[in-house]
Amino acid sequence: MTTTSRRVAAGAAPTQEATEPVARRPLSVRTGQRLLVGLLLVAVLLPLVPLLIWSVAGQWRYPDMLPQQLSLRGVGLLVDPRSDILQGLGTSAGIATAVAVLACLIGFPAGRAIGLYRFRGRRAVQFLLLSPVIVPGLAVTLGIQVFFVRYHLSDSILGVVPVQLMPTVPYAAIILGAAFANLDIDYERQARALGAGPVRVLLFVTVPLLRPAIAVAALLTFLISWSEYVLTLLIGGGQVKTLPLLLFAAIGSSDTTAAAALAVLVIAPPLLLVVAATRLLSGRSGNGVGFGRL
Amino acid sequence: MTQPELRTRPPPTGPAATTRGRRRPANHRRRGVPRGLWIALLLAPALLVVGVFFLTGITQAVAQSLGYQPFLPGWRLSLDAYQGMFTDPAVRASLLLTARIAIIPTVLSAVLGVSAALLIRRLGRSRNWVSGIFQANLAVPHLVGALCMLLLLSQGGLLSRVSHAAGFTDTPAAFPALTGDEFGWAIIAAYVWKETPFLTVIALAALGRGVDDLENAARSLGARPWQRLVHVTLPVITPAVAGGAVLVFAFTAGSYEVPYLLGRPFPATLPVVALQHYNATDLTARPEAMAVAVVITVLSGLMVAAYLFIAGRLARRSL
Repeated sequence: MTTTSRRVAAGAAPTQEATEPVARRPLSVRTGQRLLVGLLLVAVLLPLVPLLIWSVAGQWRYPDMLPQQLSLRGVGLLVDPRSDILQGLGTSAGIATAVAVLACLIGFPAGRAIGLYRFRGRRAVQFLLLSPVIVPGLAVTLGIQVFFVRYHLSDSILGVVPVQLMPTVPYAAIILGAAFANLDIDYERQARALGAGPVRVLLFVTVPLLRPAIAVAALLTFLISWSEYVLTLLIGGGQVKTLPLLLFAAIGSSDTTAAAALAVLVIAPPLLLVVAATRLLSGRSGNGVGFGRL
Repeated sequence: MTQPELRTRPPPTGPAATTRGRRRPANHRRRGVPRGLWIALLLAPALLVVGVFFLTGITQAVAQSLGYQPFLPGWRLSLDAYQGMFTDPAVRASLLLTARIAIIPTVLSAVLGVSAALLIRRLGRSRNWVSGIFQANLAVPHLVGALCMLLLLSQGGLLSRVSHAAGFTDTPAAFPALTGDEFGWAIIAAYVWKETPFLTVIALAALGRGVDDLENAARSLGARPWQRLVHVTLPVITPAVAGGAVLVFAFTAGSYEVPYLLGRPFPATLPVVALQHYNATDLTARPEAMAVAVVITVLSGLMVAAYLFIAGRLARRSL
């Protein structure tokens, strides 16, 4: 099987705890390492600090290190019925859910074909499935936008969901393909030999066996859709106001508190989802590979 | 062949002959479907999505860059857009900037990501939550990353305030312009911040596969730490990290939000220039927008080739 899938595949396999390397190094080395790790963590977390502070800042003038006043105005703006934000939250969640479900439904059979069968043109299919992952969506979407306008799919969710399948289906197919490659097909044969029909085999054997990979594929495609900006802008024409579009507009405005509060709202669901799925995405597996494009 | 042939296993030993007079399970009808057709059916939805959107998009971008205008009368084929592009100062300035904000973050995050993975691997109990924080960073959208950098690095941002408190600068203007600058410092910072954890996670995954055994073998053969690192550990993780780095390069070169928010309108990166032309009120700028899109696509196509090449080597090397 190919490598892309192999790299992603590890997630489906049971995680085995490797033996810890013997830590018999001198204390100073270990302290040095702790310092470096601490530095890394600071570097990872520091950029989020001003964001979090700004989201609850009432007034924060230069050069003070902390806001002059705290306020919940930013949070209030999020739930203000006059703003588009609550609606945007619904739009974003709806589109991302639809995209995740559709991408997994489409990626599942494709993953089965790639993972279980050897056939002529398999490399070509993989190449084709991989290319939208790498070629920027912007370049491709500029070309098709005119067709969405022509067929009245632009400016509506009906156009945005299909166009977001372009970057998500390949990931679903690659992840599920890797999972199918590691699937022991004899379980399906046994179920069939015991008289189960194809639907029962699928629902009670195949899907449960592949559940971790399906969860990762769904999570990843949800997150890709959740953070998508350019495709939604070009096809939605600014009419489909997902949270990234609202955030982009808020960043351009002068109200930093509003933008920061909205940004916190945008990152909260992905963070919760990733935390909930920590086990699936454990450091040992290569499942993180899809996150590059968020 | 009438049976769905599965990878390496022998075909099932005969159809479920043990159905004891019941109707045969419906899935056995599939044995009547030719194998090729079955595979085609499985692949059809995914290939349809990729084919309809992706291939049409690319074909249309090429055609429209050559002057074709679907649904509009009076178009003619020409290479004007490409000629215009190569004399356009916006595009010329853009090439260098795009290369810079793609290459520097890719190299930096690969080096930092591998170093971080090597460090995190040696951690004891804290390894899980440290790598958990790195993973959580992956879920932060790039758009939010851009806002974070704006609030951190701009002249009124947190670093500028720290520098004031430390007595280095008196006014916001005295702090170096890191956002909206010509070089693209904030863009680079945003990408390094986002992509380093990504490559760390990939390197950690690669390190999980039997590297310890290889290192112990090398140690017992008398290899020094440095030799183990250079001749054992790094060669094992290089293919995976290189593959990830190709993804990072293609992404950074082709994304729009971060350079738009943290950079300048001129010089801007290729994707920003493409959208500037596309949104221009003058419809004649459309072909040039498409020409820029084609250039981006060709460059990333080369990246796909590089990725597959690296991935092929990874397959041969996998442990």
